Amino acid sequence: MAKVLIVAEHDGNKLNPATAKCVACASQIAGAEISIAVFAADPTAVAAQAAALQGVARVHTVTHALHAQPLAATIAPQLAELAAGHSHVFGPSTTFGKDLMPRVAALLSAPQISDVMAAESATRFKRPIYAGNAIITVEVPADRQIVATVRVASYQPVATQATAAPIVAANPAAAVPTHTRFVSVTAARSDRPDLQTAAKVVSGGRALGSAESFQILYSLADKLGAAVGASRAAVDAGYAANDMQVGQTGKIIAPELYLAFGISGAIQHLTGIKDARTIVAINKDAEAPIFEVADIGLVGDLFQIVPEIEKLIAQSN
Amino acid sequence: MKRILVSIKRVVDYNVRIRVKPDGSGVITDGVKMSINPFDEIALEEALRIKEKGLAEEVVAVSIGPADCQQQLRTALAMGADRAIHVQTDAIIEPLTAAQVLKALADREQPMLAILGKQAIDDDCSQTGQMLAALWQRPQATFASKVEVDGDKVRVTREVDAGLETLEVDLPAVITTDLRLNEPRYVKLPDIMKAKKKPLDTVDPATLGVTPVEVVKAVHFEPPAARSKGIMVKDAQELVAALRSKGLV
Ligand SMILES: Cc1cc2nc3c(=O)[nH]c(=O)nc-3n(C[C@H](O)[C@H](O)[C@H](O)COP(=O)(O)OP(=O)(O)OC[C@H]3O[C@@H](n4cnc5c(N)ncnc54)[C@H](O)[C@@H]3O)c2cc1C
Ligand SMILES: Nc1ncnc2c1ncn2[C@@H]1O[C@H](COP(=O)(O)O)[C@@H](O)[C@H]1O
Repeated sequence: MAKVLIVAEHDGNKLNPATAKCVACASQIAGAEISIAVFAADPTAVAAQAAALQGVARVHTVTHALHAQPLAATIAPQLAELAAGHSHVFGPSTTFGKDLMPRVAALLSAPQISDVMAAESATRFKRPIYAGNAIITVEVPADRQIVATVRVASYQPVATQATAAPIVAANPAAAVPTHTRFVSVTAARSDRPDLQTAAKVVSGGRALGSAESFQILYSLADKLGAAVGASRAAVDAGYAANDMQVGQTGKIIAPELYLAFGISGAIQHLTGIKDARTIVAINKDAEAPIFEVADIGLVGDLFQIVPEIEKLIAQSN
Repeated sequence: MKRILVSIKRVVDYNVRIRVKPDGSGVITDGVKMSINPFDEIALEEALRIKEKGLAEEVVAVSIGPADCQQQLRTALAMGADRAIHVQTDAIIEPLTAAQVLKALADREQPMLAILGKQAIDDDCSQTGQMLAALWQRPQATFASKVEVDGDKVRVTREVDAGLETLEVDLPAVITTDLRLNEPRYVKLPDIMKAKKKPLDTVDPATLGVTPVEVVKAVHFEPPAARSKGIMVKDAQELVAALRSKGLV
């Protein structure tokens, strides 16, 4: 029987929704017994949220002052130890999971399947390759332990269960290395919805021309209750922060609505938005490749169209 | 000698539009342009800059794969790598195997840094650097957008979901590169001529004690689900009306 251990992603207080998506992926494996591991300086609050997720049988907590920061080098040896007796070890395909899981896989001499889109059985998985231009089905021998990252854009978070799973304290013996030290993180905190989980995203490309011009997108986003994203070109040029980049090497998102303003639609960008329910493209070039994937396209100048859209929405509210 | 190991993967050029073979047995790579993985070019550029600042003495480029990988290694030598190692094999190289090979070379070459790309743009695995760090029992700083070597430590700014994170790690260490770390230099014609004289050694994985195994078997390839055909609207008014009819605004 499959026994899946999922590493929780959290900020010390709140469980990241990516964890509930990992549970959804693990639940695709028939009869899987699902546990969650929480590494924290104080895991109490996060463990309770993890225990409430539908389908979770057990939560392991590992308490250590150094786990106040989620560093791959410090978590990996302890997670690898906890993984004993589990057939699968899952983490999200966020930067946290991408950093951590391969380190765990190597310690376990296990193969890793990155960005699982579908678990077809305990040994068979689908994942994107070549920036999402091909989907590959892979099979791992049944006697191998499997490490995987779950492509969060492919899953909905599981619901909560009536009876919370038991929470048990684990005390892995593996030493926590000190060769890696956290210095700082500059998180551009905003009141806007989080890009990775937002239902609506307004996104801008090189055409915006400056950080100041991005203000028209923030203004529209606030009217829509949307998050703001950007193409790589816009980020490279300094118009938008790096954590706003959408695409192959940025965030892969699946909002209900994605509005792309002045984005040409390079394959590396499109791979980040293919799972969006409705894609709207506004571009002054009728030949722009973004129109090939757009559900609704409008050829025109974004500097004229953005304020018009904002006004029309304000009128209707 | 203060040395930096840089890995160079030969991949389908990022401008190529990949197509899946009709029988689902793979993707079409015949006659397709091949290049250095873009993230590995950035890794090499960073190594060269560290050397040019006098903080390292030698840059060694490594590629694992079939004979053709030598083209990419020659390009790496032309960019400025001092020598190259080609670990020649026709076997399928999974990230764990690549990491084992690089670990064996790290033992041999004793580098202060191993710089890899954050992901190969063909398999999009994003695993090898982290696996190397685990096998080598050294720190890892992945998705780097800034690298500052300072004595026996390196300070790395990382692109993470929340924003920018800074780590300080002891050397030797593994770094994987993100796109904004630097802009790789162009190769000039005289450099290509000079590169022909630089050493390029070929070794067998077995010599390094590694036997490539294929654990993750490819069963089937398919194109991604196609999106249904969209509509064009003529102005903002029609656009908002269309969104309203879908209940989106
Ligand atoms: C390895 C690799 C990874 C990459 N990863 C990513 C990634 O994760 N995400 C990403 O986005 N890119 C990524 N890229 C870059 C990608 O290839 C493109 O260069 C980038 O997406 C282009 O951004 P853009 O569409 O904003 O700019 P451009 O391609 O320059 O497009 C600008 C568009 O704006 C339109 N325009 C101009 N003025 C106006 C106006 N006034 N009104 C309306 N429209 C206007 C133009 O017609 C044009 O279509 C990657 C590239 C590589 C090599
Ligand atoms: N066969 C290979 N030869 C050289 N470098 C490799 C090879 N495979 C992986 N790498 C390195 O590991 C990085 C990450 O690859 P991956 O884990 O496959 O996404 C690449 O950017 C390369 O630097």
